[in-house]
Amino acid sequence: MSDPARQARALALLFGGLVAVWLVMLNFGALGAVAFRAEGLTALRNSDWAAVRFTLLQATLSAGLSVALAIPIARALARRQFFGRGLLITLMGAPFILPTLVAVLGLLAVFGRSGLVNQVFDMLGLSRFNIFGLHGVVLAHVFYNLPLATRILLQGWAGIPSERFRLAAVLGFSPRDTFRQLEAPMLRDLAPGAFLVIFLICLTSFSVALTMGGGPRATTVELAIFQAFRFDFDMGRAAMLALVQFGLCAVAGVIAWRVALPSSLGGGLDRPVQRFDLGGRGLRLRDAALIMAGAAFLLVPLAMVVLRGAPHVAALPPEVWQATGRSLIVALGATAATIAMTLALAHAVLALGGKRGAGLEWLGLAALAASPLVIGTGLFLLIRPLANPRDFALLVTMLVNAGMAMPFALRLILPDLRAELTTQGRLATALGLHGWARLRIVTLPRLRRPLGFAAGLTAALSMGDLGVIMLFAEREGATLPMQLYRLMNAYRQDDAAGAALVLLGASLALFVVFERWGRGRAGT
Amino acid sequence: MRIPVFAAVAALTVTPLQAETLVVLAPDYFGSSWGPGPAIKDGFEARCDCTLEFRTGDVLPRLMLDGSRLEADAVIGLNTDMTLRARETGLFAHHAQDLSVLTVPVAWEDDTFIPFNWGFTAWVYNNTLLDDAPSSFAELLEREDLNLVWQDPRSSGSGLALMLWVDQVFGEDAEAVWRNLAARTVTVTAGWSESYGMFTSGEANMVLSYTTSPAYHIVAEEDDSISAAIFDEGHYFMAEVAGVLANASNPDLARDFMAYILSEEFQSMIAFVNWSYPSALLREDWPAEMRDLPFPDTAIFLDEVEAEARRSAALDVWLEGMTR
Repeated sequence: MSDPARQARALALLFGGLVAVWLVMLNFGALGAVAFRAEGLTALRNSDWAAVRFTLLQATLSAGLSVALAIPIARALARRQFFGRGLLITLMGAPFILPTLVAVLGLLAVFGRSGLVNQVFDMLGLSRFNIFGLHGVVLAHVFYNLPLATRILLQGWAGIPSERFRLAAVLGFSPRDTFRQLEAPMLRDLAPGAFLVIFLICLTSFSVALTMGGGPRATTVELAIFQAFRFDFDMGRAAMLALVQFGLCAVAGVIAWRVALPSSLGGGLDRPVQRFDLGGRGLRLRDAALIMAGAAFLLVPLAMVVLRGAPHVAALPPEVWQATGRSLIVALGATAATIAMTLALAHAVLALGGKRGAGLEWLGLAALAASPLVIGTGLFLLIRPLANPRDFALLVTMLVNAGMAMPFALRLILPDLRAELTTQGRLATALGLHGWARLRIVTLPRLRRPLGFAAGLTAALSMGDLGVIMLFAEREGATLPMQLYRLMNAYRQDDAAGAALVLLGASLALFVVFERWGRGRAGT
Repeated sequence: MRIPVFAAVAALTVTPLQAETLVVLAPDYFGSSWGPGPAIKDGFEARCDCTLEFRTGDVLPRLMLDGSRLEADAVIGLNTDMTLRARETGLFAHHAQDLSVLTVPVAWEDDTFIPFNWGFTAWVYNNTLLDDAPSSFAELLEREDLNLVWQDPRSSGSGLALMLWVDQVFGEDAEAVWRNLAARTVTVTAGWSESYGMFTSGEANMVLSYTTSPAYHIVAEEDDSISAAIFDEGHYFMAEVAGVLANASNPDLARDFMAYILSEEFQSMIAFVNWSYPSALLREDWPAEMRDLPFPDTAIFLDEVEAEARRSAALDVWLEGMTR
């Protein structure tokens, strides 16, 4: 092995190692700070255990409903061809990058007390229903995760070889037989993974419970941490809750790891195999109804955000624009950090290979089960003796966002990097290309598409994140989601509607810009 | 040569004679255009030759979390149920004012905090939509037809007042009261504004607010359809206070602000900018719209020591009743 090659390997291991140390510090160092302050299980009130129970209940219901509803919708989408199918599937990726508060405002406009559905109920003489509480939290989570589940399952359908459907047709399978023989086994493989991913996402739910919970009955552990910290100034209890939350996430994370997460977010779902089990007119109508209901559930709230917000954007107070500026800085900073860290870690994973590489990869994915509020509480406790934590509000938010986006980025980038190494690696080495030059000339152009997608995802997630910032910032230094929450709290509905639209626009724009860049010269 | 150099240095440090700035920590609603902030700012700046800057947010959390790192001269908007916790931070200095002008209905001897207005918490409703409002807390509990919106006692002063009000009136039975209320609660909001906004846009029959809230609708909107339900059991008294911070960079100016709070000018304005009773103005001098509002027969008052002593246990009961 030539010297530059060894140098490059050493460099990859060095940077990857630094990232690994940072991740360990972020995920476990903050936890250590928290554990140091924790006061033992006796510090927890009954209501804290109620929060634990509620967290598990809502996550189970949210994940269960999302997957259960996704099965018929994905099945209908898989066997039907219609105008706009590709667009609809693309749009189903949107909630993933949709800021939570925007989704909440959209859902309130449809399902809230004076929302569309209740207006219809009113006209029909039915009594209005109340959105706040468990059902509100679950509704918001299903809104978020039904599209994710649908996309994961659609991949499963796309993965069933078309020859089998052909064979099924030859054998005269009815749609029911097809389901039992071909589709059910696939679902048995994929559905548990989809359930666990969504369960994990809902386990750390903060802003949905904050806005849709409607009181202590619907408090998640994540929200209880915030309340203990902020309202009771009880760092010991906040720390203890943080430990409980970490335990929940760790257990769920390990189970999810064992069941093997479906490699989500993949593209190429818009070319259906030719299907013969299309059934009669009844089945066609049922599929159409399912698809339309799913699309309406997804699109009407978003349309409401746009319709309600548009008239008020021009008159937004200056704080909203200042907050937008801050959020853009945070989002771009988080994106740069995520991409740099992911590239470093991915290189190290491949350079190490084997068990140790897998261990490193696991560390990168571990953040999927990490709780932002736990990390935030830990960092607050670490910074406080040294400096004013408020001065670090944006930096901490940026770094925590970067950590949270890392699992997705790693999953997107690692396979392509691995492919690059096997296909181009030897040639590049033979040509003596190493280090920065190789990264610039060989690696980055090949990785452009996943890099663009990962960057877009990170930027949008960070733009819309409401979590850690709530521990660190006051009115001054608020990010756009926090400013939006404040406007909602002050019941300034017009300003809130306008700010929600700005937030939606900014998140989508960030995603589209990066993703376009990625597609720009892909595959050269 | 020495003297001119000295003079030049002095000139450099002194001549950029910027008006002094008084930084006052205040609750969120102070900063909004409809809150009391703008009128108080104009009033004080007219007499101080300075700039008054309200730094708004959650006042008590900020005091507790920032401690000595807090950069402000004075605080306004804490209430009597929180003053002990605020006092115990050790962040406050004496206000150095003569309190004999106070007219609050409780004896007030405190060299740290000055009440600037006061009121009673009450359930507020629209009298054109609800013509048989309950006349006691006990009756409210039997009225299953009414849905309510109110505030979290952990994050809101009025929510905390409700919690202590129920604790005082119902004692042992408080948990059952919360269970009862929870069943008819649209939502418990973090702050007052969101609740009140939901109420005014028709999302609840009654909202937890103050006996003085109707005055706003009468004066500012010429609308007399909003009333406060006066309860036989009495209403919970709450005063909002201000104080000087010990590490104020401008302590004299902060004390001038305290003097302004007790001035007749401030007191005759506060009723209509903060929609509450003035703390240093005789009742006959209150604006007629405020004076004529139904006034509770019985005031329930817990001093800060009593309020703080009950808070934690009452909160457990509240959480218990609300989560069951």
